[in-house]
Amino acid sequence: MIGALDRGLRQIGHVVIEAVWKLGAATRFSGLVLSRSSECVRRPQLTLNEIYFTGTLSLIIIIVSGLFVGLVLGLQGYETLKRYGSAEALGTLVALALVRELGPVVSALLFASRAGSAITAKIGIMKATEQLSAMEMMAVDPFARVLSPIFWGGAISLPLLAAIFSALGVFGGYLIGVVIIGVDSGAFWSQMQANVDLREDILNGVIKSGVFGVAVTLIALFEGYDAPPTAEGVSYAVTRTVVTSALVVLALDFVLTSFMFTGV
Amino acid sequence: MAIARGKVVAIMGLSGSGKTTILRLIGGQLGPSHGSISVDGQRIQQLSHRELYALRRRMGMLFQFGALFTDYSVFDNVAFPLREHTRFPESLIRDLVLMKLNAVGLRGAAELKPEALSGGMARRVALARAIALDPMLIMYDEPFTGLDPISTGVIANLIRRLNDALGATSIVVTHDVEESFNIADYVYFVSAGVIVAQGTPESLRGSREPFVHQFVHGDTDGPVPFHYPAPAYARDLGLEPRP
Repeated sequence: MIGALDRGLRQIGHVVIEAVWKLGAATRFSGLVLSRSSECVRRPQLTLNEIYFTGTLSLIIIIVSGLFVGLVLGLQGYETLKRYGSAEALGTLVALALVRELGPVVSALLFASRAGSAITAKIGIMKATEQLSAMEMMAVDPFARVLSPIFWGGAISLPLLAAIFSALGVFGGYLIGVVIIGVDSGAFWSQMQANVDLREDILNGVIKSGVFGVAVTLIALFEGYDAPPTAEGVSYAVTRTVVTSALVVLALDFVLTSFMFTGV
Repeated sequence: MAIARGKVVAIMGLSGSGKTTILRLIGGQLGPSHGSISVDGQRIQQLSHRELYALRRRMGMLFQFGALFTDYSVFDNVAFPLREHTRFPESLIRDLVLMKLNAVGLRGAAELKPEALSGGMARRVALARAIALDPMLIMYDEPFTGLDPISTGVIANLIRRLNDALGATSIVVTHDVEESFNIADYVYFVSAGVIVAQGTPESLRGSREPFVHQFVHGDTDGPVPFHYPAPAYARDLGLEPRP
């Protein structure tokens, strides 16, 4: 009895210490990535390459998903609003839902699984095959040359992707609501224009996706860098990137929403 | 342990005896728990980040499996240190890269990707990359592991020739007795983190020190036992009662 209790407590202690240690390592890692960013300023091409790798290559999935989310929103929104006789508010509903929540959150989740996993795998394998070590011995700092550009690439890409996602979503809502169902086009756009605030809604959405971009890219980089140099090590790290990113994005979203949209 | 300028020095020992750690200590990738390392009069662990990187520019290291950048071509791999550290025009970089590749006999492979190379070729490309900036110190981590006899001979020959041509100093970490005795000027034997023997290849060949004798002649039993420490065989098989 006492033995089992003792083992249980030890286990808990072990898990907690492990978690605290990892959090510390991740914080130190993030500090290093940020403090070695000057190379990105001196050589913008490095960051541009990463924006292509993480952003441009994620465009297809973002465009298709945005369009379909918009189509569904339009359909469901119309069904609900019709009951209250306010189908013209469809434009407002679609736009607010997208720019405030769905745009930043869903594109961050897609970004984590499309680009985050790729970043983790890339860094994990570069580390496992000693490519990062080799760079260090060639007197090229891997933090400045590889990790930092990826970080900025990701942090810049995600807000842009989220904006594209929202735009495509609005277009999807328009397709369903106005073109197919027949909501008045003028009402759709003018309601949207009147009720979506540039600062309150759009800017807050952009801030959210910026925060998500920073979080997801840092998680992906850290998991790759921290992965044991084995096949299982890298594969677990990729899984952890996607799972942790998803949880962190949802948790951060709740926190940000409760600060941004109180009393509006 | 002292490594004389201009010499090829081999560090030999069993797998896991801390040979690679020595190279990482010299390169400043690990810090010593005690003791100190000096390269060209500079104490490694007292250098700032900037000073350490400045010193590393004068070192080249060949990793065990080459550690080539897999998304770059052979040419771009060798050009990498030049592009990072110099502002040479692209035409000059091209000439330098082709000269380095020619030195390792792979000028014709410049446009290949690393995955198209054999193990021996990959290591020669990595060697060309390691000498791209004409280092004063070249470190080799197990350069012969997993190579066929011809490739082994080619690499051994290159180590000696490049060392003399560049006027550099080479440290070769290996467990390949024949090749390293052929090219080294001086040899250290390490075991469990301490130097157990040292000397020129000729003096070590005739050494009566039991570890060196076992290592050089490849005897299965000696100071290094064949068996990993384990409980008594009979007890493990259940033929004797456990205590």
